[in-house]
Amino acid sequence: MATENYSVIGKPLPKVDGIAKATGQTKYADDINLPRQLYCKLLRSPHAHAKILSIDTSKAEKFPGVRVVLTGHVMPTEFGIMPSSQDEHALSFEKVRYVGDPVAAVAAVDEETAERACELIEVKYEILPAIMTIEDAINKSEPRIHEKHGSGGNLSKIVALEFGEVEKGLQEADLVQEDTFFFQGNTHLPMEQHAALASYEPDGKLTLWSSTQTPHYVHRALAKVLQIPESRIRVIAPPTGGGFGGKDDPFSHEIAIAKLSMMTGRPVKITLTRDEVFYAHRGRHPVLMWVKTGFKRDGRITAMHFKSHLDGGAHGSYGVASTYYTGALQTVTCKVPAYKFEGVRVFTNKPPCGPKRGHGTPQPRFALEVHFDKVAEKLGIDPVDLRLRNLVDPDSLTVNWLRITSCGLRECIEKVADASEFKKKRGKLGYGKGVGFGVGSYICGAGLPIYWNDMPHSEVHIKVDRTGRVTAFSGTIDIGQGSNTVLATIVAEILGLMPDEIQLVTADTDLTPIDLGSYSSRVTLMMGNAAVEAATNMKKILCEAASMKLEVPVDRIELRDHKVFDKANPAKSMAFEEAARLAESKFGALAAVGSYTPPKKPGTYKGSGVGPSPAYSYSACVAQVDCDPETGDVKVEKIWLAHDIGQCINEMLVIGQVEGSVYMALGEVLMEEMEYRNRMGIHKIPSLLDYKSPTTKEMPPVETILIKNAESRGPFGAKEVGQGPLLPVIPAVVNAVYDALGVRIDEIPITPDKVLKALDLKAQGKEPRVGPTSIPKAPFPPALKVEPPEEWKSQLMSTL
Amino acid sequence: MLRLPPFEYYAPKSAAQAAKMLAEFGPEALLVAGGTDVYPKMKRYQFQPKALISLKQIKRLSGILGSNSKGFVLKSGTTLTEVASHSSLSKAYPGLAKAAGVVSTPILRNMGTIGGNLCLDTRCNYYDQTHHWRKSISWCMKAPGAKGVLFKPSATRDESIPCRVAPGGDRCWAVSSTDTAPVMVALGAQVVLVSAKGERVIPAKQLYCDDGIRYVTKRPDEILTEIHLPPADGIKTTYLKLRRRGSFDFPVLGVAVALKQAEDKTITDCKIVLGGIASYPVEFEQAEKMLIGQKPTLELIEHVAQTVFGPARPMDNTDYQIYYRKRMAPVYVKRALLELTS
Repeated sequence: MATENYSVIGKPLPKVDGIAKATGQTKYADDINLPRQLYCKLLRSPHAHAKILSIDTSKAEKFPGVRVVLTGHVMPTEFGIMPSSQDEHALSFEKVRYVGDPVAAVAAVDEETAERACELIEVKYEILPAIMTIEDAINKSEPRIHEKHGSGGNLSKIVALEFGEVEKGLQEADLVQEDTFFFQGNTHLPMEQHAALASYEPDGKLTLWSSTQTPHYVHRALAKVLQIPESRIRVIAPPTGGGFGGKDDPFSHEIAIAKLSMMTGRPVKITLTRDEVFYAHRGRHPVLMWVKTGFKRDGRITAMHFKSHLDGGAHGSYGVASTYYTGALQTVTCKVPAYKFEGVRVFTNKPPCGPKRGHGTPQPRFALEVHFDKVAEKLGIDPVDLRLRNLVDPDSLTVNWLRITSCGLRECIEKVADASEFKKKRGKLGYGKGVGFGVGSYICGAGLPIYWNDMPHSEVHIKVDRTGRVTAFSGTIDIGQGSNTVLATIVAEILGLMPDEIQLVTADTDLTPIDLGSYSSRVTLMMGNAAVEAATNMKKILCEAASMKLEVPVDRIELRDHKVFDKANPAKSMAFEEAARLAESKFGALAAVGSYTPPKKPGTYKGSGVGPSPAYSYSACVAQVDCDPETGDVKVEKIWLAHDIGQCINEMLVIGQVEGSVYMALGEVLMEEMEYRNRMGIHKIPSLLDYKSPTTKEMPPVETILIKNAESRGPFGAKEVGQGPLLPVIPAVVNAVYDALGVRIDEIPITPDKVLKALDLKAQGKEPRVGPTSIPKAPFPPALKVEPPEEWKSQLMSTL
Repeated sequence: MLRLPPFEYYAPKSAAQAAKMLAEFGPEALLVAGGTDVYPKMKRYQFQPKALISLKQIKRLSGILGSNSKGFVLKSGTTLTEVASHSSLSKAYPGLAKAAGVVSTPILRNMGTIGGNLCLDTRCNYYDQTHHWRKSISWCMKAPGAKGVLFKPSATRDESIPCRVAPGGDRCWAVSSTDTAPVMVALGAQVVLVSAKGERVIPAKQLYCDDGIRYVTKRPDEILTEIHLPPADGIKTTYLKLRRRGSFDFPVLGVAVALKQAEDKTITDCKIVLGGIASYPVEFEQAEKMLIGQKPTLELIEHVAQTVFGPARPMDNTDYQIYYRKRMAPVYVKRALLELTS
């Protein structure tokens, strides 16, 4: 479908909320204030691992200005985002599991008073040894971080799956490549710290405003822990100042202020400080990986065995899904005839890890694409050609039962290689300069909801009134990614209006229909499809009313440029407002609904719930670097990134997401680290100054190439762009460093000291590599043998 | 958000008035100029002065006087932006302009002053943390008290609480993190210190001591009012800074070099001063001596640069690995010397 046929879809129109954001008028959660509100501060654990012996709040309670001091005993119900890992308390009262674990909450007349009162709370701890590393957690089952949760000892989750005959495949290979990699943990660093305001009204209803990506799941957690019916709780997510996955979980502070408001009968507000945001975390898991792949001489893969070891931190969070995600999407870019995945996630005494942009897939993608770069060199095949030789087919099923629909990876690879002149440059830029290549793929929304149910994942309501005003209601939350603009653009396109004319009511569990949240790159596809359905239903009503008046068959009526007209004779027309009045006269109140439920997942094996998606986006990246062999500095000179978007809903937003993904990826590959002082069990640098994230000075030019092959399951053919473009950037930079200096850094971030260490090894005639050399022995169970799909087998036969 | 603890705020109109106030309050008062370092630290309760005496309202404390031939007088309240962009000053001492121009961010340079930067508190990633964080590690020697307990910068020392960087020792290892001090020391600048008791002028080098807590010789009752720079007189200067990013970051190594060469390129005078590796700007006299009287060659410069490797002993309390910072010292010295002599 060509963009030219649309009036607003695909056009680089400004964001509908852009001016308010640029001029500082957007009201974020922290901007909301209510009369008589109190302020909350949380007392947090100074110990990484300790039993709580007693909490004495008496002095704090007597402190002038304090209204209530809350401890966890009154909210003993456990919660957590995944039904299978309900392992968090709103406030810890039995033990603390990381420095920063909340143990008490104070509501006072102002923030200073609340903060001072926290200092007066006396907590007696019995300090326990802290488990700070993956190796320790696997090797030591005591002390257990969670007595009642996980897969025994300090294991949070352990899985093993095998699709096809991996051993046989490896035996048939001409080259078997084995590598180990480490991906360091990092955090989201949204500009907005988490903020929330709770108000419990005399009618027994609770309202919570919170900077969250998932108001629906927060709603459920509040009901569960506070033990009040969901029907009495309203959750509103105001515009959120960046999420990236860091606001996907229900949090302690949200539940604590709700309880404090119930206890005091007054609104209670909290805004986390930056160090508290580091403790809330839920960021990128550190993952230690091992991969072994068999290849034929011509570059075809025969089999792959992948192991991942995730450092989960103190709680489950999304960890069960994260674990599977480190093994699920290897197969959606390349044909793997037989595949084995073993994954283990451990508990450690650090802030919990969870989903961050790319959730569980940037780590294995880094490993895989660097692994392939090494293989390409050994086989004497260009890295680009190696990817093309193993390319997946559109409309196919993978060995692990994932349904690929549209796939623009070939175009991504070819165009990015051409634009960057990759083949001409590789190995020829001179010592210190180099180019690197990588690909990636990501889901357009998780195929399954977080808790099991058969209902739609997203619903949209549209109301039109007699003035011609159109209002769209959606549970989606704009976290800066532009979901409001996507919703307005889709509705505007179908009703023949402009996006800024569509009134939006979003992310309010009282006023808006369900949407599961802004995570897993699901919003454009799922909310978009629901919006298409709702707007199309509204269009039908308007067309029917206009058809009678214009005396034209209803299928000839079209809506465009504020007009309702006869396609065959556009002069025969009426204004949109008139059609609205006619329709209301004829049908009464004008309302239309739409909903979206993803297709059923193709696989039925245990674990098949993670990975399926209505569609997959594809990306390919070339990075060009300039390395200083004397200082080890790696400067990224330029990034070329091709992304298979299907269809842009708004091209400017798409390019913005690509550039934002590149920026985030560069931080992860070059400098960002959640570093801990393991001996003290504490985060080394929980501040914006000391946690190093790139500035505009480190950001290179990005050339974005968009591949537009409409996806049949996407609204107007659109796929995701919020997360996928991050994936290939990291390995592309790593591979570029190899091209520049001839050293392998199999561990990110690539800090200058690692580059120098590798260069030293090279100078000493040793293997010029920095990275992990072994993996711990995890107690993986015998792999669950899964028969690959019949359809997949026949496809594979035809290509061999 | 992090809240400021309560404090009294005074804004005297003259340095004499400020000095009088300092004398009256004693060690419970703290001077504040641009406030870019003082306020964040107060929010983290690294210190909690009873009174802040602001230098902002003292008009005569700002400005750059002098010329290339006579030398310059920098009033201490001059902003770093002004120091970085002053046309004749930056021509005379490009190294100083460069150092002032790489402090933090443009916005902070608009607020921060040259005097403030010279008196910048030493930094350490056990010390520059929130109250909760420092409590979690049971405090450190430089900020030993809990919230509510009054403690001051660079004065208090609780012997019972160790330095967390080197717990066995008896000193604080916080790091000199000022960009401009190494250049001032290299240039042989003099600083004017005014108190209610009078005025004294000391060489910039003598302003600093090898102690993370008592890092300046300036007494708490003294105000740094002026910096006197000698005539440039053919001195060439530069400053190179090691940091993770192109903005925001404090130096974890700063190399200032000032040198003079005769017509035939013979080096007649040379100063090499390193910041970010110790609690004070460290002058490398041995390296200087090896260069004076010599004509610079690549071999000589590399040889000289290598001599700073041994004595440069950073500790594990800033960004980057210790060994990396140590290893960068000769590289940066070499690059600075090459820049000035080639």
